[in-house]
Amino acid sequence: MSALLEVEQLEVGFGSRTSAVRGTSLTVERGETHCLVGESGCGKSVTALAVMNLLARGGHRRAKRLSFQGEDLLKLDDNGMARLRGNAMAMIFQEPMTSLNPAYTVGSQMTEVLRRHKGSSQRVATDRAADLLARVGITAPGLRLGQFPHQLSGGLRQRVMIAMALMCDPQLLIADEPTTALDVTVQAQILRLLAELQRDLGLGMLLITHDLGIVARVATRVSVMYAGEVVESAATAQLFADPKHPYTQGLLRCVPVPGKQRQDEPLGSIPGTVPRVGPGFEGCAFRERCSFADATCAHQIPRKTASPGHDYLCRLPAPVKALT
Amino acid sequence: MLSFLTRRLIVAFLVAATVMTLAFILTRLSGDLATSIAGPNATQADIDAIRKAYGLDRPVLTQFFDWVGRALTGDLGESYFFKARVSALIAERMPVTLTLGLTGLVIALVVSLPLGILAAVRENTALDRCVQLVALLGQAMPSFWLGLILMITLGLQLGWLPISGTGSWQHFVMPGIVLAFSAIPALTRLTRAGMIQAMGSDYIRTARAKGLSRASILLKHALRNAAIPVVAIAAVQLGFMLGGSIVIEQVFALHGVGYLAWESIGKNDFPVVQAVVLVLAVIYVALTMLADLMNAVLDPRLRGP
Amino acid sequence: MSVAVVNAGPKRGWKSVSTWIGAVIVGLAVFCALAAPWIVPYDPFAQDLGKRLVVPFWMTGGSSEHLLGTDQLGRDYLSRLIWGCRISILIGVTVTIVSGLIGITIGVLGGFLGGRVDDAVLFAITTRLSIPVVLVALAVVGLLGSSMTLLVLTLGLLLWDRFAVVARSTTMQVRNLDFVAAAWCAGCSRFRILSREVLPNIASHLVVVATLEVALAILLEAALSFLGLGVPPPLPSWGLMIAEAKDYMFFSPWVIVIPGVALFVLVLGINLLGDGLRDLFGARTDT
Repeated sequence: MSALLEVEQLEVGFGSRTSAVRGTSLTVERGETHCLVGESGCGKSVTALAVMNLLARGGHRRAKRLSFQGEDLLKLDDNGMARLRGNAMAMIFQEPMTSLNPAYTVGSQMTEVLRRHKGSSQRVATDRAADLLARVGITAPGLRLGQFPHQLSGGLRQRVMIAMALMCDPQLLIADEPTTALDVTVQAQILRLLAELQRDLGLGMLLITHDLGIVARVATRVSVMYAGEVVESAATAQLFADPKHPYTQGLLRCVPVPGKQRQDEPLGSIPGTVPRVGPGFEGCAFRERCSFADATCAHQIPRKTASPGHDYLCRLPAPVKALT
Repeated sequence: MLSFLTRRLIVAFLVAATVMTLAFILTRLSGDLATSIAGPNATQADIDAIRKAYGLDRPVLTQFFDWVGRALTGDLGESYFFKARVSALIAERMPVTLTLGLTGLVIALVVSLPLGILAAVRENTALDRCVQLVALLGQAMPSFWLGLILMITLGLQLGWLPISGTGSWQHFVMPGIVLAFSAIPALTRLTRAGMIQAMGSDYIRTARAKGLSRASILLKHALRNAAIPVVAIAAVQLGFMLGGSIVIEQVFALHGVGYLAWESIGKNDFPVVQAVVLVLAVIYVALTMLADLMNAVLDPRLRGP
Repeated sequence: MSVAVVNAGPKRGWKSVSTWIGAVIVGLAVFCALAAPWIVPYDPFAQDLGKRLVVPFWMTGGSSEHLLGTDQLGRDYLSRLIWGCRISILIGVTVTIVSGLIGITIGVLGGFLGGRVDDAVLFAITTRLSIPVVLVALAVVGLLGSSMTLLVLTLGLLLWDRFAVVARSTTMQVRNLDFVAAAWCAGCSRFRILSREVLPNIASHLVVVATLEVALAILLEAALSFLGLGVPPPLPSWGLMIAEAKDYMFFSPWVIVIPGVALFVLVLGINLLGDGLRDLFGARTDT
């Protein structure tokens, strides 16, 4: 049986000059949470939007393979893709404040999903919406259904977005930094909710984040993205225990771990920013910021396997010791 | 919302009062009204009689407050030339002007909404540029001239529509088109800009992520939000059209309020002129308030938490 | 995400072409307006009843003697057209100067001082918008008799609203910027801040408004003259030319087509130029 979502060699460009995603591959299995991590601008959101075929105007995608439940998404036309979206595959976004239409009630926006995909009556759809609102921890769902987005707080709106995504019992849920725009306390609640829903409903989830703390808590697998490429991919425990790529190592050093870190010890940081990479770029995109870089890094880098299910993209042969 | 409405009502009342004052001053600009009403061949006795008959011998302030007081009760005075109540004259002519204005607005909306949506959906394509060009051409078109050209082409050469008068609905088509031309550029641009903004918004991305049909995304989710400024401007444009219909009514010999005002200006019939100015201003103010109300219906955020 | 780079390409070229077209039209019109007395082939006021309604050169019966034919009184149409351009430009510019002075003063004061003053300014704008322009202008000219000065003053007093709206909103934006705060702190006087800091920074927006206002004033003058209550005859305003030729339009449509097209092209040119300037300055002029 094929995996839930298989992405192989995905490339996304905007115009002719910018490559946002360069040959990304990843797999999401049923019932697992796959985390995609990286800095802002590394192409993780674009990857998700490309999978959903929701790229902004001017964006174009290409892939060796892009399949969902064994179905080739690249062969689907707009209408066929629309039939899948919100139905078998759903997505929630980073900006709960603006992601709901201000002109319609929460109820109207939730029920239209079910009516569209399952042809349900308004009554059935409303009941389902109320159930789901209760499920995502919203009290008085009947009242909330009649309210407009501006009457809800950011946390509530994100809960509504989650409930809306679940309307049609999706197999795959893509969550694009769902907690970034929220207060820290609310972040934890939303995250716990997502993890719980994923477990209870057996969802396959692709969770995009830049927060390694989140990754450690919820991910089954992790893919680290840098400048449009997956530079390292492994099971969560493996990645945290034995990061192979200098970038992954750098990222991990940026996370404060209470108890393990001395009070006055400075946090790690990676100097520089993510470079803009155009088509025809060769070699390791991280080499400008990497303290191990040498001339060979400007040539094509082979993908290496450290152990089964753990591969990385670096010329360095051996596990690199933590740098100081 | 309620306090907002009260505030709007107070402002509307003050605007009406100011316009009343201005209209009164306007008609007194020419100096001695009695002389101009009496005409060049009148004797001094005639002029005195007119001055007395119309109360022009009283102090100006008395005349003003008399007019305001009567206007508040709906009495706009008496026309010199038509020998009739001004309110009756306006009531008699208003249907023509309103029909014309509404025809113009409907035509303008029927043209600009689809054009604006189309241009927004095909942003930066040849089609978009064509629509923008149409808006530009419409903006530069002198309406009275367009009226004459339509009379020559549609009226005389093709014989599709009657050239002047108010006999049937066909009589309102040409003037309606001409009047619509003045509103189409603004409405098209606003619809286009609103749709482009809406289509780039996060909630449209959500709607697409929900797998909604293209029609539902465009017409339900995007247009509803893009329509909010369009409604406001449409109401304002209707107000401008009613005010500007004086030219069109003259071109097509439509005997509406504008035509009445034009005739009265020629006859120095100042009670009619000041009343028409006042009535048109009050209609405009009422329309802008209506637009605010409609916006509150369309945009729930305006209704408060 | 790198989405910002998209959509920068094709529009610019097209826009700049249209701006250039506008600039050429306006340039030509301004030249005609300034040089009218020297470039008109005939005296635009000289009647020749023997040569009434001579057709333009491209129609059968036309000649190169009168390129655009003659009007119902035998006056050379090309000469009247050029003279009419002078009048249109003159009215457009002077009305805009009058309305600009009023509107900018009111708008800047409202935006700069805020509070009660701003409330009064907003009220003035609201009141102004509720007054039907054409009707009031007609009434004034009708009651006081038509003359160029009166027409310019009347239209100027009626068309200041867009200046006021834009001046007010842009002043409000500039007022809150850091360099204005710095000038306050440096102890500059209100007048100095207005003239040295605020006005230069809102000027580009006002220039765009001014082009649109010139176009609007030209259109309104034509409409008023067409109704017989604008420019007094025998001055050849384009609106008046159309009005005078109206009786003949069903038999010889060119008599109204020529001045109408001239009016249309001039206004279009000004608008094209204005749009180009707006893009150039990145100005906002929506009211």
